[in-house]
Amino acid sequence: MSLVRVENLGKSYNAQTKVLKDVSFNVEAGEFVSIIGPSGAGKSTLLRCINRMVEIDEGNVVFDGQDVGSLNKKELRKMRTNIGMIFQHYNLVPRLSVIENVLHGRFGYKTTLEGILGKFTEDEKEQAFYLLKKLGIEDHAYKRCDQLSGGQQQRVGIARALIQDPKIVLCDEPIASLDPNASKVIMDYLKSITMELNITCIVNLHQVEIARDYSDRIIGLSKGGIVFDGSSYKLTTDSTDLIYGTTTPKVQKRQLVTV
Amino acid sequence: MEAISISPHIKRKANGKISIKTGNKSERVMKWTISTLTLLTIMAFLFFNYDGLDLAKAIPETAYNLKVMFLEPGLSHFTWGAAFYQVGITLGLAFLSTILGAVIAFFLALMAATNLSNKWISKTVRIFVAIVRAVPTVLWVLIFAIAAGLGSEAAILGMLFHSIAYLVKAFSEAFEEVDKGIMEALKATGASWWHIVTHAVVPSTFTYLLSWTFLRFEINFSVAVAMGAAAGAGGIGFELFMASGFYFDMREVGLITYMILLLAIILELMSTRLKNRYFPATAK
Amino acid sequence: MNEKVMRNQRKWQTILFAGIIIALTYLSSDITDFNIVHGIATLPDAAIWIFSNLFVTQESLERLPKILGKLAETILMSIAATTTGTVVALFLGLMGSKTTGTSNALAMFARFIASVARNIPVVAWALILLLSFGQNSVTGYLALFVGSVGFLTRAFIESIDEASQSAVEALRATGATYFQIVYKAVIPQCLPQMISWILFMIETNIRSATLVGILTGTGIGYSFDLYYKTLNYNAVALVTLCIVLSVIVIELMSNHIRKVIL
Repeated sequence: MSLVRVENLGKSYNAQTKVLKDVSFNVEAGEFVSIIGPSGAGKSTLLRCINRMVEIDEGNVVFDGQDVGSLNKKELRKMRTNIGMIFQHYNLVPRLSVIENVLHGRFGYKTTLEGILGKFTEDEKEQAFYLLKKLGIEDHAYKRCDQLSGGQQQRVGIARALIQDPKIVLCDEPIASLDPNASKVIMDYLKSITMELNITCIVNLHQVEIARDYSDRIIGLSKGGIVFDGSSYKLTTDSTDLIYGTTTPKVQKRQLVTV
Repeated sequence: MEAISISPHIKRKANGKISIKTGNKSERVMKWTISTLTLLTIMAFLFFNYDGLDLAKAIPETAYNLKVMFLEPGLSHFTWGAAFYQVGITLGLAFLSTILGAVIAFFLALMAATNLSNKWISKTVRIFVAIVRAVPTVLWVLIFAIAAGLGSEAAILGMLFHSIAYLVKAFSEAFEEVDKGIMEALKATGASWWHIVTHAVVPSTFTYLLSWTFLRFEINFSVAVAMGAAAGAGGIGFELFMASGFYFDMREVGLITYMILLLAIILELMSTRLKNRYFPATAK
Repeated sequence: MNEKVMRNQRKWQTILFAGIIIALTYLSSDITDFNIVHGIATLPDAAIWIFSNLFVTQESLERLPKILGKLAETILMSIAATTTGTVVALFLGLMGSKTTGTSNALAMFARFIASVARNIPVVAWALILLLSFGQNSVTGYLALFVGSVGFLTRAFIESIDEASQSAVEALRATGATYFQIVYKAVIPQCLPQMISWILFMIETNIRSATLVGILTGTGIGYSFDLYYKTLNYNAVALVTLCIVLSVIVIELMSNHIRKVIL
């Protein structure tokens, strides 16, 4: 059985434009899937429908056998503990320390009061330090997050997602704000998450090259619909043309000029 | 796991548990500030003068008064025409103190801006402004009322002082943000100080100055109401004072409050729109 | 050609704007009976009067302990009004913010309360409360309290919206509850900004407290009014000096705290 099943998903923020139209795909456990497409194609919305950070208008999303759209508040919280999320702008609390931010990932397992009082077990704290060590930022544990570089902050974001003990990690443009070196480091970590911990990864990307290098499978999104779905080696220039539509002629023209 | 427990990067509390607090200076100062303020609040309630206070009577009475005020407003001691005239006086007081304040503040701000003036003049103006600001407006008005004789002059002069102080601070900060390059370029062409001011500084800051001036007008409106009530400066504030303090007419108090509220909300909406349009980032 | 038209238009706009300002100034002077020449002419006299009357003498210094007592009352009243107002404003702020608000109706309600509390001047509250609460600190305290709630709610809504949107999204995605998010992400992130607003509010309240004191007969405002009405100008000078010094000291302290925490 697939870990994530998306069936005929549709979403619109206003009456005129539909962000997602009739999107269907399955993701198996342990897969590393990239979703590529131009900005405005609906990648972020698609990702946020999986953990229902945005409400689902049409169709179904089934995660681990549960229909995401029909969960009540409590069940939804419980489901979200199984889904880690990584953001383009890291979405940390900048004034808090790295270790505090990492432990935020445990809130889903606690009662409101435990969370407010900041009661974390020694096991959880040790797990947090273990993850920080794995990610190579253990020595920054007590620093405030706003003192770290972008790449380091994103690693804190990864640690926060992993301490949730998730079955899947959703990454929304994880490297869009990073320089090429830091991007490589982050992508390598994401890849090793799937390889070593067998955690599924769905990554939104806009760089086709990186998607091809890292993922098992690529989903191409254009104007809210899927235009490509297959193994990354099957992604040909024709399919990228289809995904990025209008940009191709311009690219050719520019090539002519530079040559 | 074993290895991690003895990692040199982990800080532990006295009982051997892993600490997750950083304990930096900013945290400590915030904690100190909050505890001090809490302590002072408790002290305040202990030392309050509770003379003649009867809560059992005061609360229902106030509730009743508020009900009459807001649900049955009406005029009895003066006409609608007079009411609008009084509002006009309050607006007039606010407008005059704002516009005169803006003109004077403009020149003082040129002197206070560090990029347009020398260090000593700038410092002197800033200290002067800080002292002026420390005296509450009502004291300025009352002092001028004896020093210059009662009348609108005293009220406007008193309000003018605070308007100047407020606007000098705002204007000089706006001037200091003017692009250095533009000024340098003009200087290089041999332009005089006044040329730089009129052709570089004013055009690039004009919308800011306007928004700040309007913001001050909004503040001055409520100050003018207050001065009418507390310092006999006339206008709708004085009528409010008479209606509540002499006639005990809650219906009239209600109507006057509605008029003030309505105008204040209109002014607030206007200044918010100006602010969002001209400087969304620094909006306060 | 086009540029010329635009320049012309710009010129007319400027002239129109200046015309409106001049007309409004004239209208305002007329309605308030203000004569700018007379106003300026009185300035030297006023200055002479201030320098010859407003100074502290040995005799007025004897009143210092009493004045300091009233000053302490005023300062404590301002602080109490601010801190208790903060508690209410925090809840209204969380309700009114787009990031942490739970429903549109509650958000509207919070914004409405804040707007009414803020836009009815403190003097009006003082006068209304004076009728039933009488001449004591509680009247002044309540008047300042209402104003503080109105102002701080608006400030808090802005701080919350500005500072914590992204972290709130991330914590929601981990399955954290509402209050966990508020206590562990929103408050830690906004606290410095909030404390800065609280300090600003205390400064403002001390200035307003003088005004409220004159109306309600409490605190330092009452002292000022008393000496003012009995023409004891030396004591008036001493009261003013005390207020100025305390406002400056509190401002310096707030600035110092701000520098460390922001």
